[in-house]
Amino acid sequence: MTALAPPERLTVVPAGLAKPSGRRSVTNLAATVLVTLAFVIAVVPLVWILWTVLSKGLTLLFDQQWWLNSQRGITSRREGGGAYHAILGTLLQAAVTALISVPIGVLTAIYLVEYGRGRLARAVSFMVDILTGIPSIVAALFIYALWVTTFGLDRVGVSVSFALVLLMVPVVVRSTEEMLKLVPNELREASYALGVPKWRTISSIVLPTAFSGIVTGVLLGLARVMGETAPLLILGPYSKSINTDLFHGFMAALPTMINQDRTEALQPAVERVWAAALTLVLLVMALNILGRVVAHFSSVRK
Amino acid sequence: MSTITGASVVDTVDQGGPPAGGGSTGRLGDRLMAGAAKGAGILVIGLVVLVGAFLLSRAAPALAANQANFVTSRVFSVDGGTLRFGIADLLWVTLLSSVIAMALAVPVAIGVALFITQYAPRRLATPAAYLIDLLAAVPSIVYGLWGAKVLLQPYREHVQDPLAHALGWIPLFRSTSVSAGTILLVSIVLAIMILPIITALSREVFAQTPVAHKEGALALGATRWEMIRTAVLPFGRPGVISASMLGLGRALGETIAVTIILSTLPGGAPWSFSVFNGGETFASRIANNAAEFDTPAKTGAFIAAGLVLFLLTFAVNAVARIVIERRKAFTE
Amino acid sequence: MGKRIDVRDLNVYYGTFKAVEDVTMTIEPRSVTAFIGPSGCGKSTYLRTLNRMHEVVPGGRVEGYVGLDDQDLYASSVDPVAVRRTVGMVFQRPNPFPTMSIFDNVASGLRLNGVRNKKRLAEAVETSLRGANLWTEVKDRLDKPGAGLSGGQQQRLCIARAIAVEPQVLLMDEPCSALDPISTLAIEDLICQLKNRYTIVIVTHNMQQASRVSDRTAFFNLAATGKPGRLIEMDATQKIFSNPSERATEDYISGRFG
Repeated sequence: MTALAPPERLTVVPAGLAKPSGRRSVTNLAATVLVTLAFVIAVVPLVWILWTVLSKGLTLLFDQQWWLNSQRGITSRREGGGAYHAILGTLLQAAVTALISVPIGVLTAIYLVEYGRGRLARAVSFMVDILTGIPSIVAALFIYALWVTTFGLDRVGVSVSFALVLLMVPVVVRSTEEMLKLVPNELREASYALGVPKWRTISSIVLPTAFSGIVTGVLLGLARVMGETAPLLILGPYSKSINTDLFHGFMAALPTMINQDRTEALQPAVERVWAAALTLVLLVMALNILGRVVAHFSSVRK
Repeated sequence: MSTITGASVVDTVDQGGPPAGGGSTGRLGDRLMAGAAKGAGILVIGLVVLVGAFLLSRAAPALAANQANFVTSRVFSVDGGTLRFGIADLLWVTLLSSVIAMALAVPVAIGVALFITQYAPRRLATPAAYLIDLLAAVPSIVYGLWGAKVLLQPYREHVQDPLAHALGWIPLFRSTSVSAGTILLVSIVLAIMILPIITALSREVFAQTPVAHKEGALALGATRWEMIRTAVLPFGRPGVISASMLGLGRALGETIAVTIILSTLPGGAPWSFSVFNGGETFASRIANNAAEFDTPAKTGAFIAAGLVLFLLTFAVNAVARIVIERRKAFTE
Repeated sequence: MGKRIDVRDLNVYYGTFKAVEDVTMTIEPRSVTAFIGPSGCGKSTYLRTLNRMHEVVPGGRVEGYVGLDDQDLYASSVDPVAVRRTVGMVFQRPNPFPTMSIFDNVASGLRLNGVRNKKRLAEAVETSLRGANLWTEVKDRLDKPGAGLSGGQQQRLCIARAIAVEPQVLLMDEPCSALDPISTLAIEDLICQLKNRYTIVIVTHNMQQASRVSDRTAFFNLAATGKPGRLIEMDATQKIFSNPSERATEDYISGRFG
C-alpha cells in the first residue's frame, strides 16, 4: 500500500475545537443577517400597501350606501353613491369567466393526465404553456380584434369575460393537472379491477379525490383575473349605473371604477378611489384565503 | 408546480401512464369522456393558433402600410391618413424597466427563499411563505395607485434626487424635467410585483435539495452559509434562473401599474438613456390609446406592437422552460 | 493522528423521545470499532452524536459526555462546526457534490477551511485519493464530474473527501450497504489500511463484514419496540463472534433474530 506522507498537518486547518476562523464566522453571520434583511425588505411593501389602502379607504366601506348604491348622478365633487354597480360587474364577469374556463380547463387537464400520450398531448401542453405566458393586454387585443373589429359587435360585459377566459384557462389546467397527478394510481387500479369503466373511474373516483385541490386552483385563478385591468381598459368602458346585462351596454367593474377617478384631485372622488381599491383587495384576498382553506381540507396533499 | 421543478409524483410512480382500463361496459361513456377531453385539448390548441394567426392578420396590413421603420423609428403616429409607427422607444422603456426590476427582485427573492427554507424555524416558515405570497394577491391596479400616489414622494426624495445628484454624470442617471413617475420608480414597483413569483419557485427548488448533499457538506465542517453555498445554491441554480425568467416575463407584460405610474412623454421628446425619464412600455402605450381603436389600420398598428410584446414574453418563457427541461434530464 | 473517544452515560433524544439510552464505552485510537445490531436500534443515531450531526435534525439533542482524548465535544465553548472537521463522516449512500468535479469534491473540505494555494490543494487531493485507493483510476479525469463514477468509486471519492481534511476520527454509516460485493471488498481493504492513521467507527448490518474488518465490536439492541436502544455488549471482535457474554448477543449473532 502506498503509505500516506507522515502526518504533517496542514497548518491552516486548526487542530483544536475552537470556532472556525474569524473570517468564516463573520461570513456566516453576515449571510444570516442579509437573508433575514431580505425577508424584511420583502414584507415592508406588503405592510405599507395594505396600510395605505386600509387607512385611505376604510371609512367609506362602513357606509351602507357603499354596498347598495351605484354612482349614478354622482359627480366628482359630490359625496355619496356606492360601488354596488362595480362590485356587481366584477362578480358577474368573474362568474361568466369561471363558467367557461373551468369546464375547458378541467377537461383539458383530464386529457393531459388520463388520456393523452404522444404528439397531441405534447402539443396541448405546449399551447397551455404559451397561454400561461400571454400578457393580459395581448389577450384583450385579440378579443377586441375578433369581437369588435371583425364582427363589429359592441364592447360589452361578456367580451371582457372572453378575454379573462384566455387568462384563466391555463391556471385551471395546470392546477387541475397537478391535483390529478397526485391521485395515487392504486386508486384507479382498484377501480378498474372492480370492472368500472374508465370514464366512471375518472368521474367518480379521481375527480372527487382531487376535488378540493381543483377548487383551490379555480379560486386562485379567479382571484387573479378579478384583479386584471388591461382587458377592462380595452373591452369594458366604465359606466356609473348598474347594468346586469352582459350582452348590452357598458358594465362597470371595480378596476375601471378606480381607473376612472384616479386622476381626480377632489376629495370625494379620491376617497372613492381608495375605497374601491380596498374593496377589490378584500375581494381578491377573500378568494385567496378561501382557496387555501379549501386546500387544507384536501384529500391529497402536495 | 411540478412543471417548473421537473419533479412529479407520476414520474416516479409510473412511466406508462394510468392503466388503460375500461372494459366493454360503458363504452359510450368512455367515448364521450375521451372525446370531450380530447376536444378540450384541441380547443386549447386552436385557441392559441387563432390568437397568433388573427393578431398577425390584423397587424400585417398596418405593417405593410407603415411609412416608418417598425423597429428603429421612435415615432408612433397613427392619426390622419398615414401610418408612421416604430417601436424603438417602447422597446427601450419596456426592456429597461423589466431588466432593472429583475435585477432588484432576484437577489431579494433568493434571500427570502433561503430564509424560508434554510434559516427560519419550522413554525415560522409556513406563515412567512404565506406572507410573501400575499404580495401576489394584491391587484396590479392597486400597485399602480400606491406607486403613483404614495411611493412617489419618498422615492423622489430618497432615491431619485440623491442618485441624480451623485451619479448624474452617467447618462443612465441624468436628471430630466419629468416631475412625476419615472422608469426607475416603475422598476421598483415591478420588482415588488414579481418578487413573490421568483420567491415561490426558488423556495421549491431550495427545499428539494437532497439532504444527502447538505449533510455531506456539514460533515466536512462547513458553517451553515458554507453548506448553502456548496449544496443548496448549486442545486437550485437552474430553478432560480427559470423562476427569474418567469418573473421577467411577468414584468414585461404588466399593463395598468405602468400606465398609472409612468409619465408619458410628448411626441418628439428627445432620446434619453436616463432611468429618470418618462415614456411608455408596449403594454402602457396600448392601454393609453385604447380609446383610439376606431379604424382597423390604427388598431393594426397597436396590435403589431402587442405582437412584439407577445414574442418577447414567449421567448423569455421558452428560455425558462428549456432551463428546467435540461435539469430534468439530469435528475437522478 | 487517531484519537481516543470516551463516552459516558450518553442519552440521545429526538425532542422528548429517547432513542438511545445510557451508553458508556471507550473507542481505542487507531483501531476499527464496529456497531452492530438489528434495524432501528439506534446505532446510526448514536453514531451521529459522535460528530454532532444528530443535532442538525430538529429536536435532536443529547445528555451525557462525549470526549475526544479528554476534550469534551459538547462543552459550551466548543463549536459543532469544528467538531465535524475533526470527526469526519462517510454516509450510506455516496453523496459526491453533483455540481463539482472529482478534484473539487476532494478539495471542497480544504477550500472551506481556507486553503487556497493551488499547489497545496493538488498535493492534498492526490494524497487523499491515493489514501482512498482511487488515484490510479481517476488521475486522468480529475476535472470530470464526481457523479459520473461507479457506486464503489463514488464512495471511495467520499472517503477521500473526508480524509482530505485530516480528521482524527472517521465515522462510517453503513458505507457498503449500497454497493456491490466487489466494491465492498475494496472498501473493506481500504478500511484496514486507513486504521493505521485514523480511529474508525463503522456501523454495519453485515455481521461478516464486522468480523472481517473490526478490532472491537459493540452490539446494540432494543428492549422492546418503542423503547430506547442500548449498548448490550462491547468486546474484542473475536470474542463477540465466538463466545459472547450476553444471551441477546449470541441470539443475534446466530441469526435467531434481527
